[in-house]
Amino acid sequence: MAIRSVLSRRTLSSLKESSSKLLGLRGIQTFTLPDLPYDYSALEPAISGEIMQIHHQKHHQTYVTNYNNALEQLDQAVNKGDASTVVKLHSAIKFNGGGHVNHSIFWKNLAPVNQGGGEPPKGALGGAIDTHFGSLEGLVKKMSAEGAALQGSGWVWLGLDKELKKLVVDTTANQDPLVTKGGSLVPLVGIDVWEHAYYLQYKNVRPDYLKNVWKVINWKYASEVYESECK
Amino acid sequence: MAASAAVTANYVLKPPPYPLDALEPHMSKQTLEFHWGKHHRAYVDNLKKQVLGSELEGKPLEHIIQNTYNNGDLLPPFNNAAQAWNHEFFWESMKPGGGGKPSGELLALLERDFTSYEKFYDEFNAAAATQFGAGWAWLAYADNKLKVVKTPNAVNPLVLGSFPLLTIDVWEHAYYLDFQQNRRPDYIKTFMNNLVSWEAVSSRLEAAKAASS
Repeated sequence: MAIRSVLSRRTLSSLKESSSKLLGLRGIQTFTLPDLPYDYSALEPAISGEIMQIHHQKHHQTYVTNYNNALEQLDQAVNKGDASTVVKLHSAIKFNGGGHVNHSIFWKNLAPVNQGGGEPPKGALGGAIDTHFGSLEGLVKKMSAEGAALQGSGWVWLGLDKELKKLVVDTTANQDPLVTKGGSLVPLVGIDVWEHAYYLQYKNVRPDYLKNVWKVINWKYASEVYESECK
Repeated sequence: MAASAAVTANYVLKPPPYPLDALEPHMSKQTLEFHWGKHHRAYVDNLKKQVLGSELEGKPLEHIIQNTYNNGDLLPPFNNAAQAWNHEFFWESMKPGGGGKPSGELLALLERDFTSYEKFYDEFNAAAATQFGAGWAWLAYADNKLKVVKTPNAVNPLVLGSFPLLTIDVWEHAYYLDFQQNRRPDYIKTFMNNLVSWEAVSSRLEAAKAASS
């Protein structure tokens, strides 16, 4: 009895942090949709409230729901020793788990202007950007170009290569997380270039979305990640 | 000068075989204006720019598609070429007052290869719903059999060695304005129930059989 209540208290506190939930003692961890730290309309006019609401409540929620389903099916298959089902589930896990991972980062990559959105990075990250890309403008130009050129659905990233100790710009297809492009890559800023990220507002003109999204990029968060990974 | 003008005329933005508002209420005029007027147009325009002055200039579209597919290691013109082809094929896969069950030989073949029209419907539906990210679902013909295929981004059955008969575009731009809140399943159902041109599918099947014999 006492052990169980200690477990629940610790679980409850980690619930807030990792927005996941522990199912029983042998069960798998499943996930919940993280809350946004700002209102849906707070990123206007760069990103409309309509897009933010649908993007969060429909798209990200669907990834979470489907990821949880896939994990439960995986758990059963693993326990039964059903190897073919385990292998078959990999694409659903990669796609939906990736969708959850990527969008969770994305919401933190954005901030309303009155919470620092768009403010250029200072400190270590600001210096590193100047070193690797010449200037923030140089980085923005490169990321926007790669984001615009991406065929189909995917993401454009600013990442830190922890091993080589340098900043990189890269893209991933569909919902592949940045780590699929290199095990030592840590995402700092990701920009969703799936059509759902901009279509209702910018229609087919992805370059306009990419021009405007920088006005709400939360460089403070990117700097925190950079500095903690550089230790 | 005149020669190169004639040559690039190979790549044309053909209008759909119906007015842009003719598919309403199932597919809006607004969607057609963007989807055909902006997306499809851009693929054609960008393809022309891309092949200008290259050895691909003036070659038939199917030739460019096959060559630049390069066994999956796509060369730059593939995307624009295949998407230009796919979209023209897509407009012609639909008609006002379309959808529902086919009849005659086509129905017989669907029943032969899928056991029933309903099974085909479910399989086509599932393919369109589960294509992760951008892509297309197809009814295709190969080795004297009908089959359902799903492809990512711009890939189409031509490069997989089969004859395309029917397609549905499941890139988000195809349904995002009309089926808000990410309702791809509703879009697929509407396409099947209200838009498919079985006449187009039948005539493509005849061409495919003739080409295979």
